[in-house]
Amino acid sequence: MDKKLRIVHYINQFFGQIGGEEKADIPPRVEEGAIGPGNAINNALGNDAEIVKTIICGDTYFNENTEEATEEIKKTLKDVNPDLIVAGPAFNAGRYGMACGGVAELANTEMNIPVISGLYPENPGYDMYKNFAYFVETSNSAAGMREAIPNMVKLIKSFIEKDGDLGRPAEEGYMPRAIRVNEFAEERGAKRAVDMLINKISDKDFETEYPMPDFDRVDPEDPIENMAATKVALVTSGGIVPKNNPDRIESSSASKYGEYDISDVYDLTIECHETAHGGYDPVAANQDPDRVLPVDVMRDLEEEGIIGELHNKFYTTVGNGTSVANAKAYAQEIAEKLLGDGVQAVILTST
Amino acid sequence: MVKEIERAGLPVVHVATVVPISKTVGANRIVPAIAIPHPLGNPDLDKGKEKKVRRKIVEKALKALETDIEEQTVFEDE
Repeated sequence: MDKKLRIVHYINQFFGQIGGEEKADIPPRVEEGAIGPGNAINNALGNDAEIVKTIICGDTYFNENTEEATEEIKKTLKDVNPDLIVAGPAFNAGRYGMACGGVAELANTEMNIPVISGLYPENPGYDMYKNFAYFVETSNSAAGMREAIPNMVKLIKSFIEKDGDLGRPAEEGYMPRAIRVNEFAEERGAKRAVDMLINKISDKDFETEYPMPDFDRVDPEDPIENMAATKVALVTSGGIVPKNNPDRIESSSASKYGEYDISDVYDLTIECHETAHGGYDPVAANQDPDRVLPVDVMRDLEEEGIIGELHNKFYTTVGNGTSVANAKAYAQEIAEKLLGDGVQAVILTST
Repeated sequence: MVKEIERAGLPVVHVATVVPISKTVGANRIVPAIAIPHPLGNPDLDKGKEKKVRRKIVEKALKALETDIEEQTVFEDE
């Protein structure tokens, strides 16, 4: 490309230097030039490209008002008509990753503008939107910004050099997009397959040409037939804990889950419970933790005989940035305990 | 988490605000919630009304647990 590539950068309220969770509900706004991580990207790109505008949107706003948010972002993109959109990096921030992906889907499907972003592989935004952007792999927290920016810049530079015609994921340094591209191979398929097999048999490295997708689905359990005789338990990833968080469950990347007795609890209040979650504005949940873990309503339903019984313990962790492997392990232990206590159904709430 | 609980043999309903995430993580019974910071409440309502809203969601969750499904199902407002 002979002229400077024009980039629009999408970031959230935090990296946009507007505020933390208390500002997560702001609608999209547009600023001139680069802001926050955009400055580092801009500097590294030198004369090849320039961030001309930055779109800042609150993570909660984007996820709760996706249609309105994308509509507004679309207007800006139409006005500016950039050559490329850069989104994030969003690391393992779930809502931010979903927003970057949402912007990528809009840009890709409706406007034909390519998108480069950066996510931790377990960010749900990657799996949902991998077709729509080139996602560079990042670490799971913003502490990895120093690696994420150069990796994204490298990809942007390659994008400029190749006029947008990027090579394979492994060569270019982005995560697979689940898109198949035709190419000519030097050797025919039968030979490649046999070579692969021989390598496999002799314990040598080999690379599959078609990794099997990982469909880890669980079949739905049979429904409850008689709710009035059923023991129901509450579980949450929303971080509700007894006041002062006695087990010190971390506000992000939780290393544990909590099991708390509610035998004598009929209503969660600001006096007895709170949230430990650091990934959303905690004001509403702290004022009335029933807003995340509906103990009050469950007690009413128990009293009225609509459910058989509310289990006298609830289980809780913080879903914010917690690795899939950990969440899986916690839930396996929790399920075992619930089954041991005769629980027959579970309501799991997430923020 | 929801998937592991179901895998262990317990019917489970996921009350979640960001339904696409719930789908991605493999929940089978999904009930949409109100907002990320207050999935089962709304600080703008008075206490009584708010509790009614919460109860409606919980009732919907119970109904989801009583419904026979073959695949991922989002229990939207009727």
